[in-house]
Amino acid sequence: MLKKFVSRFYLFLMFAFLYLPIIVLIILSFNDSRTRVKWGGFTFRWYSGCFQDEKIMSAFATTLQITFLSAIISTLIGTLAAIGIAAMKKKAQTIYLGATNIPLLNADIVTGISMMLLFVKFMDLGFVTVLVAHITFSIPYVILNVLPKLKQLNPSTYEAALDLGASPLYAFFKVTWPEILPGVFSGFMMAVTMSLDDFSITYFTKGAGINTLSTMLYTELRKGIKPELYALSTILFFAVLILLLIGNIRPAKTSK
Amino acid sequence: MKKKILSLTLIMALTASLCACGSGSSAKKDGQTLTVLNYGKYIDESVIKDFEKETGITVHYEEYESPEEMYTKYKAGSIDYDVICSSEYMVEKLINEGEVLEMDYESMDNYKNLDTSILDMAASYDKDHCYSVPYFYGTLGLLYNTNEISPDIVSSWDCLWDPTYEDEIIMENSVRDTFSPALISLGYSINETDESHLKEALALLKKQKDDKIVYGYYVDETADAMIAEEANIALCYSGEAALAMDENENLAYSVPEEGSNLWIDSWFIPKSCSNQKAALQFLNYLCKDDVAQKNFEYVEYASPITSVVENQDAEVLQNEAINPSSDTISRCTLFTALDDEQSAVYTKLWQELLSN
Amino acid sequence: MSKLKKQLLAGPYCIWMIGFIVLPTIMILYYAFTNSDGGFTLEYIASIANETNRKAMGLSLKLGIICTIICLVLSYPLALILNNMQIKNQGLVVFIFMLPMWMNFMLRILAWKLLLSKNGVINSILTSLGLSRISIINTPAAVVLGMVYDFLPFMLLPIYNSMTRIRKDWIDAARDLGANNITIFFKIILPLTVSGIISGIVMVFVPSLTSFAISQVLGGGHVLLIGNVIEQDFMQGMQWNAGSGLSFVLMIFVLVSMALVNAFDKEGEGTALC
Repeated sequence: MLKKFVSRFYLFLMFAFLYLPIIVLIILSFNDSRTRVKWGGFTFRWYSGCFQDEKIMSAFATTLQITFLSAIISTLIGTLAAIGIAAMKKKAQTIYLGATNIPLLNADIVTGISMMLLFVKFMDLGFVTVLVAHITFSIPYVILNVLPKLKQLNPSTYEAALDLGASPLYAFFKVTWPEILPGVFSGFMMAVTMSLDDFSITYFTKGAGINTLSTMLYTELRKGIKPELYALSTILFFAVLILLLIGNIRPAKTSK
Repeated sequence: MKKKILSLTLIMALTASLCACGSGSSAKKDGQTLTVLNYGKYIDESVIKDFEKETGITVHYEEYESPEEMYTKYKAGSIDYDVICSSEYMVEKLINEGEVLEMDYESMDNYKNLDTSILDMAASYDKDHCYSVPYFYGTLGLLYNTNEISPDIVSSWDCLWDPTYEDEIIMENSVRDTFSPALISLGYSINETDESHLKEALALLKKQKDDKIVYGYYVDETADAMIAEEANIALCYSGEAALAMDENENLAYSVPEEGSNLWIDSWFIPKSCSNQKAALQFLNYLCKDDVAQKNFEYVEYASPITSVVENQDAEVLQNEAINPSSDTISRCTLFTALDDEQSAVYTKLWQELLSN
Repeated sequence: MSKLKKQLLAGPYCIWMIGFIVLPTIMILYYAFTNSDGGFTLEYIASIANETNRKAMGLSLKLGIICTIICLVLSYPLALILNNMQIKNQGLVVFIFMLPMWMNFMLRILAWKLLLSKNGVINSILTSLGLSRISIINTPAAVVLGMVYDFLPFMLLPIYNSMTRIRKDWIDAARDLGANNITIFFKIILPLTVSGIISGIVMVFVPSLTSFAISQVLGGGHVLLIGNVIEQDFMQGMQWNAGSGLSFVLMIFVLVSMALVNAFDKEGEGTALC
């Protein structure tokens, strides 16, 4: 009984630690006062201000573009690469996976700087450089998610399909694809998550006037805190909540 | 289940592409773009929007915190800036290095709006008067909370080294601005280059940090922190102080008796400029009376545009945090440019202070 | 599709990898070992030993280790409790604990800045209760707090995942054979979660060692980490070679610490299997 109480109490403490900052942000987003300590009445004006703020909205748009473009492209390249790597000999596989591990193991700041050094030599920094950087650090997550699924495959089913007269492409989509799809999907989701949350790599590879949410927030935080940012946090929190709920309900149903 | 995943992905891709269209359509009307580099919080952003609307030129606007950051961003060459605003000593340094293009003032109808006395002051860094357009000017001083600090305390820089103000003083996160009060207190010039004198100043700043007097080293955050009354005294630029004073009536601004730094920020067109015509158009636009007025109301530094000063009432004119009096100006000195070797000394000492 | 044709599918990735992974790494090495005139030098690698950099590196290591330990101490019991909960909606509870971690990294820092500042939320609650204020903002403690809040999920997730893989019947079997809870914990649960702990440590230690944004926002210029020195070298000081030199040292540091941790992991797994 005591054990149960202690563990419940601990859960509560951790819950408070994780959620208090967010709750404070949410409360302040409705506070009609610029100072943080006084309650000045209930308002929605930070929300309308947030939607009218050119900087916030353009950073938001850039973030979405970078995230989904990079996730889609890296999923494509990564899945193809995983199929290719799976068909390779052990030695070639080791080389490929070794290089794939570089961006995973390296510190973000080092990856960001190394790419900046390269980009500065050959092109102007801008949207494209950020996109390329995001694709680069996302591909390894896709490969590492797809490769295990490919290794679990029973090669004889694919060969059986070929023997029965299926074209290689048809056989791939009928036999292999359904098996690796969960891996491709979780790779895609990881790419999305990593890209959304990235700050350091974007910071070093971005050009003038281009900001993702993270870099925009960094410059804004160094100027002082605008209440519009509380509204933005609240909106993002509920957006994530809803998206994850949609995502999580599905596996819960299938597994039980 | 597969269908659900597919539709989810599709929705996401769709929103992404929609957003892409949304922002893309406004950006790609005309091929003309202008890349601007300016201090943070240093322009009314509606001015940029209006300029884009009027001329069809797309502005890529980028901000920086300290002059040294600007110099690095420009020199890195990774972004081709068309027009840059910075402090006098950096402008001078870049002019000396031959990085600045001569400006065609003839094509700027509104150049005549500039106060000639300010242009005379600008001659200290732009000798032949052909490289720069002054934007704002002001002083470095102390913003303080009148509830806690009496005016005679902040009439001297010595208050910055007084341990009674533990955790109550904000310094600038910018090397020359933070070294200035230390150099002045020691009786040296703010343009000191003698390394042993600079080391003395560093020792004073280190002691200040060790005594836990410094709450934080901020730049653009200073006003926000002072409004929230997180510290009692802040080393601060005049206009930043004026903005904070608007928000919190307990705040006041003082330029200490020993003298201080007077600075003039100006626009220049660097060698990397690929669209000089648009750059001049932009500068011309900034010198327009109503645009300058708008920017003045946003940043509250002293404006070199004659009409802006003429429109001000007596209260604003006498506000030291907005318009430095002639008496104050006579006490202040402008920064002069440092060569690479001298800058390296400053940078080294600065890092030593921060890592302390 | 023949094997060879299949291998060709890795072609685009191969080009990408050489262009954007291998080449940038070579660039960093090039800058790290040359001076501004292009001549070979070890000066920038050795610069880690000068006073400023040594202090910054030392502080980064210290804060990184503290942050990793706090994350581990907080996450392990949490993962254990979450895994042992005998309620229907376990998935939902886990979900609740993971949710804040999907918010933007910078927004989570913003929240802490708000809470910790001198006249911030925590202090105004303390003063209204008649208690004395805390002054944490702009100290290493604030930076550690920010790091812990930001990186906790990287510790919690792998540990929780490794716990969910422990099958209930192993524990039941141990209990039938007379093991008590303490024995079960040390003989079964802990050994089987070592790999989770290890990946948690790596995933928390590396970003906390190399972070520069958190110390910038919550440190107020008082906390200079090695990441801040590198960032300043590139963004303010115009010293690319020096910055690359330090980046290279950092890279080596990360690789060595990971090799150490991995060696430990192998042992851990070994004992678990016996």
